[in-house]
Amino acid sequence: MATVTINGKEHSFDGDPNMPLMWFIRDVAGLTGTKYGCGTGLCGSCTIHVDGVALRSCQTTMSEAAGKAVTTIEGLSADGNHPVQKAWREVNVPQCGFCQAGQIMQAAALLSKNKAPSDAEIVSEMAGNICRCGCYQRIHDAVRLAAGGV
Amino acid sequence: MLKYLEQELQSKRTPQLMAIVENVSRRGVLGGLLTSTGLVLAINVTPTAAREALKPYPTGGDTMPNKTVSDPRIFIAIDADGTVTIASHRAEMGTGITTGLPMVVADEMEADWSRVRIMQTQADEPKYGNQDTDGSRSMRHFIQPMRQCGASMRQMLETAAAAKWGVDPSLCRAKNHTVILLDKDKKDTGKSLGFGELAAAAIALPVPAQETLQYKSPNEFKIIGKGTVPTHNLHNITTGKAVYGADIRLPGMKFAVIARPPVLGGKHTKFDAEAAKKVPGVEAVIELEGVYAVPRKFGILGGIAVIANSTYAAMQGRDALNVEWDSGPNKDYDSVAYDKEMTATAAQPGKVIRNQGDPDKAFAEAAQVFTADYHAQHLSQASMEPLVAVAQIVDGHCEVWAPAQSPFGARGDVAAALKLPIEKVTLNMTLLGGGFGRKSKSDYVVEAALLSQKLEGKPVLVQWSREDDMRNGFYHTVSVERVEMAINDKGKVTGWRHRSVAPSILSTFAEDSGYQFFIEHGMGFVNMPFDIPNVRCENGKALAKTRIGWLRSVSNIPRVFATQSAVCEVAHKLGRDPKDFLLELIGPDRKLDPKALGFPEDYWHYGDPYEEYPLDTARFKNVIRVAAEKAGWGKKLPKGEGLGIAAHCAWQSYVATIVHVAMDSDGTVRVPEVNTVVDCGLYVNADRIRSQTEGAAVMGMSNTLYSGITFKDGAVEQSNFSDYQVTRMSNYPKKVNVHIIEPGPGARASGIGEPVLPPFHAALANAIFAATDKRVRSMPMGEKLERA
Repeated sequence: MATVTINGKEHSFDGDPNMPLMWFIRDVAGLTGTKYGCGTGLCGSCTIHVDGVALRSCQTTMSEAAGKAVTTIEGLSADGNHPVQKAWREVNVPQCGFCQAGQIMQAAALLSKNKAPSDAEIVSEMAGNICRCGCYQRIHDAVRLAAGGV
Repeated sequence: MLKYLEQELQSKRTPQLMAIVENVSRRGVLGGLLTSTGLVLAINVTPTAAREALKPYPTGGDTMPNKTVSDPRIFIAIDADGTVTIASHRAEMGTGITTGLPMVVADEMEADWSRVRIMQTQADEPKYGNQDTDGSRSMRHFIQPMRQCGASMRQMLETAAAAKWGVDPSLCRAKNHTVILLDKDKKDTGKSLGFGELAAAAIALPVPAQETLQYKSPNEFKIIGKGTVPTHNLHNITTGKAVYGADIRLPGMKFAVIARPPVLGGKHTKFDAEAAKKVPGVEAVIELEGVYAVPRKFGILGGIAVIANSTYAAMQGRDALNVEWDSGPNKDYDSVAYDKEMTATAAQPGKVIRNQGDPDKAFAEAAQVFTADYHAQHLSQASMEPLVAVAQIVDGHCEVWAPAQSPFGARGDVAAALKLPIEKVTLNMTLLGGGFGRKSKSDYVVEAALLSQKLEGKPVLVQWSREDDMRNGFYHTVSVERVEMAINDKGKVTGWRHRSVAPSILSTFAEDSGYQFFIEHGMGFVNMPFDIPNVRCENGKALAKTRIGWLRSVSNIPRVFATQSAVCEVAHKLGRDPKDFLLELIGPDRKLDPKALGFPEDYWHYGDPYEEYPLDTARFKNVIRVAAEKAGWGKKLPKGEGLGIAAHCAWQSYVATIVHVAMDSDGTVRVPEVNTVVDCGLYVNADRIRSQTEGAAVMGMSNTLYSGITFKDGAVEQSNFSDYQVTRMSNYPKKVNVHIIEPGPGARASGIGEPVLPPFHAALANAIFAATDKRVRSMPMGEKLERA
């Protein structure tokens, strides 16, 4: 029996240790803000934090997550007012919105380790997160805007 | 985890809407924003008679299934506390339409936007009117019905106030969520009643006859076209609370994935159900019969479904099935060979669709002839949300939750598949994580319903993997477009010949003749607007070997890539400036006469009556001129950089795009700036027009450089974002400047989602040529171009 802590709540797990954390988060823990987009670590829609580091939850197994503290979009801030979330709303980033939880989690992790990223650093950090609606210009602007407030 | 159902229970507050509460607009925030940015116009209490009334005009909305509905009692509810609830019946896939149409209602009824909440309806066209959210038609077809709803409700509120005060209704004027009492000189008396106080009386009144409605004049608008209005679901999206198809959770719900035939028309011959059932969590293995007989429409592909207690277990079970397939009649589909066949077809005369003047003579007498073939591969819509749907059947009633662009169509298809009357099917519209045309087809919804039926009504969520989504799609067509121009000794273009060869969407609906049909002809083909005396548009035969479907902008993508590339090529050949040459080809200001120009009898004008939206060359030239001005057309750029222009009119909107290309030394195409000018008539939410246009540049870059679906041995070769590349943050169009033309008097709302895309491809190709002297006529061009 392994345990994984998601947004401060402990979950026990005795299933397939190779199960991707993403499916546990969505189908077992019932936290649906983390999205399935590709299942192969190519799109970033499932990005979460494990011990503060942005990871693709579709590429993180339950055995890797065991004993770790996982944060999903639902747990990024208690009131939904993390500076990145606020910046996203200020810039009206989303179109369909499906990839945005992953984008926000990626940006939040970037800004937690680098308070003033350069444009090149923003691009390099965010390049793994696809937005098919094409919100990149606003994502870039919102990350810049949030950088002041993290 | 019954979040969706809980929301539905909350909606019982407003039973007349029978809808699901999607969200509540953030009270106070918007009002503050609008005020702080100074964008609220002073309220102008003009006498009613002086208002410039909207003169209703016919649109294609009148010919769509179930037409339009403009009954305010269907779309508007007012609570005693003054909260105005506006129903939004279109699907939300990122265009912002579920905010945009309620903005229209709220403005026309004088509601305070900060006190408006928006409710997503269910799929019910007899009640709400057509719900097909595609064809860039939501605003085009529903701005008038929504204005009618708002104006009716405003008049009902004024009438209710008049009764309370015992005065003539002409002395009552709705203003900012209240009705104010005027004196005989039409001056404000200071007496007012809130919408909440009037709600019960107003809603009980008869709906005013349409011809008695008084509409706002554009200078009275406070929301339409004023400032930036955030979409109503913005907060939920940024906090992970927004509900998409895969986010529905029902008690006892099962998760399913399906092994579908890799080749259209194929069938499984062998599979190992026992091995799948051994996977922990797998509960059942179910065969589904595919639909291949014509007309298959959106029929399911069939295959073997694995039902489990998690998506992961279902996917593991599917891997264990070890299915063997008989590929069937399309097993030879090979994209390399098919492109050669289409190219050969395009070199031969085809079926004449438009003929004007004597093109044979023009080409025979030409001093020089330009000929070029433009190739485009299949595309996958590749929405970030792979296809998904949920269904359950309780007491003979099927309830579905789906991200559906055509929700009522999907509901009807579910009813037909289950052999139930449509009243026994409910379809709840979730948010769509992108659509781009794929989610107009209902196969994935029907799969969920059929599986629930086979599981005795148990709730089941069918999840398509990314690979399923990419390999079992309804693909954007593959094409060769041959464009030829006859040029006389004075450098004038005297003849135009365009041969379009592409398998048709019609193959989904009827026996495939190999020829395209009137809807495809209407997209950037027969309506070529140039002032060229001799024109012929021909269609060459190409039989479909996979499912062909809509993808944002549809046939306009290959056609505009071809025609607007060709214009730039000929300009270069003649030593002319591409922008000047384009303007010259368009010719004098006029409204095109389809008959005189030899447009076909069945000419399709995006479903709208032509005389209501005639092709207007003055508007077309205007967007081109403004784009040139904004982009600094003609400015000197360093070596390896260049500007490219392209323009197009589609969905009754006029769009010109100028792309600035700066080549990296390794051949990577970079786009530091894009300027797009949009004339979409009367517009509602400028911010969403900008976001659609910014996104179109990103998608246009994907289509032009990266994305292509190819077939070998009948099956799609790509699988995921590894081999179906799309634009990423590492190389996106950096600065997309969107310039919206202010609407003139009587301007009509027209499309946005699609018309902003087609010019991008040719503008990028033309910019690459300007930067490198390299002309690329095939999409996708590849991640890196060879060094020029």
